[in-house]
Amino acid sequence: MYKFNLWALTLVIVLCVTSLLIGSSSLNFDVASLDLLLISRIPRTAALILAGTSLAVAGVIMQQLARNKFVEPTTTGTVEWATLGMLLMLMFFPQASVFYKLLVACLMSVIGTAIFLLILRKISLRSDFLVPLIGIMYAGVIGAIITFIAYRAELLQSIWVWVQGDFSMILRGRYELLWLAGGLSILAYFTADKLTLAGLGKQVSINLGINYNRVFIWGLILVALITGVSVVNSGVIPFLGLVVPNIVSLLVGDNLRRSLPLVALVGAALVLFCDILARVINYPYEVPIATVMGVVGSCIFLYLLLGNKRYAS
Amino acid sequence: MIQTQQLCLKYGTIEVLKDINLTFKSAGITSIIGPNGAGKSSLLSLVCRLQQPTSGTVTLNGEQISRLKSPDLARQLAVLRQENHIVARLTVEDLVCFGRFPYHQGRPKTADMAKIDSVIDFLDLQPFRLRYINELSGGQRQRAFIAMVLAQDTQYLFLDEPLNNLDMKHSVNIMKRLQQAAQVMHKSIIMVMHDINFAACYSDEIIAMKQGRIIYQDCPQMIMQSQMLENIYDMPLKVIELEGRPLCLYYR
Repeated sequence: MYKFNLWALTLVIVLCVTSLLIGSSSLNFDVASLDLLLISRIPRTAALILAGTSLAVAGVIMQQLARNKFVEPTTTGTVEWATLGMLLMLMFFPQASVFYKLLVACLMSVIGTAIFLLILRKISLRSDFLVPLIGIMYAGVIGAIITFIAYRAELLQSIWVWVQGDFSMILRGRYELLWLAGGLSILAYFTADKLTLAGLGKQVSINLGINYNRVFIWGLILVALITGVSVVNSGVIPFLGLVVPNIVSLLVGDNLRRSLPLVALVGAALVLFCDILARVINYPYEVPIATVMGVVGSCIFLYLLLGNKRYAS
Repeated sequence: MIQTQQLCLKYGTIEVLKDINLTFKSAGITSIIGPNGAGKSSLLSLVCRLQQPTSGTVTLNGEQISRLKSPDLARQLAVLRQENHIVARLTVEDLVCFGRFPYHQGRPKTADMAKIDSVIDFLDLQPFRLRYINELSGGQRQRAFIAMVLAQDTQYLFLDEPLNNLDMKHSVNIMKRLQQAAQVMHKSIIMVMHDINFAACYSDEIIAMKQGRIIYQDCPQMIMQSQMLENIYDMPLKVIELEGRPLCLYYR
């Protein structure tokens, strides 16, 4: 398993360097290039790593809590609720600082995720496919509410642009909140065992002396905060939280203490890769990373579903 | 000693358990038998704090379990439920290691690893040690789960139909191992059993339940009588003696 970590780390480093070197202006050994690096390229690369890492971690936690491999924050209403929070802030307190916007977005996503998980608890028939379907419907309903409100307030375009994952506007001083998401991922690692146990179900957890409800709420807060931070800062990258945990699960299983570092590394690698693709595919213009990730992610996901017989059973 | 006092469980107006007063001894094998819906699994849940009773109390050595700390309790009693639907891909070793969680809190020490090793050996799981549980057969998975709760190394072990999914050979094997654990390590193992003959063969005591009540609590010889069993199960059956042991025939 350390073998996989080492490979993934190497990949992340290679992609980092590539990400730093790519851009419309080339780098030289002068002050202007240094400024470019410090103001734009390094913050962008850091933001990508932080967002990739934390969204992948949020995805895997969400899957443990829902006890289902086909959910992630974009299919459980978490992103939509954070967006709703952002929208309300844009409407009523447009002058509020980013911090307050973040606070409201996070609060809303905590509430929204809690509602989703409560709905799941109420449903006794828990087929593996029902859970993501419920999530998608739920997200759809909240999405419709957002569209309605945003349309009335003439904020439709700005809200979706804000939410869609895009790192082209990341500059020094405009991404630092993402470190918070990175920090939350590290905190998640310290509670990896308990989160894994929560994934084994309430009864197994209680039997082993775990305070299941406390762990559950903790996981929920982690997911919601990471999602909230991403929505407010860089936008959300679809499929990431779905695909990465599933790839890692195939490689090293789901014992989070072992798999979480790899989830983080693969998350970072995938986002860096998609961002590089987004930057070179229509050079010197950029395609939003969310679009690239949507294509790449759905291809990987289909491969996982169809191509891997062992996994399908 | 685990005791229940006037334990009741209601879902709305449906009474699942009515006034259960029981004592589980601290050693030996106890089987709980009874028809479907008699409340056997519910009783196990209440005694193991997986669920809260509507009224009544459960005490462990005189102390109410609702007042004891859950992590401490996890070193005193372990429970394995019937349905263990696990989505996560964990290896047998991971699972058994989690059984030691109440002792190591995520950082297994040498003593924990030794215990994990011995339990895996004890249940013949060595060849499957690094296999993922979702890739095992039903019987192998069931043994892995039993290994997990055995690793918990508790005085009291509650098992809900442990022979589920096991073939004859493995059923006998597991029962012998459990008997060994009860006799050599002086553990108390309380099982919900459907196979009355297995219950009679291995138990020191049988508790019979019907419609949410305890109707008998006695040694196997006393329970294994046609009249008693017909009362419990409401069906015609026959108890014969074979090689000096009672055997219940109910197949036709």
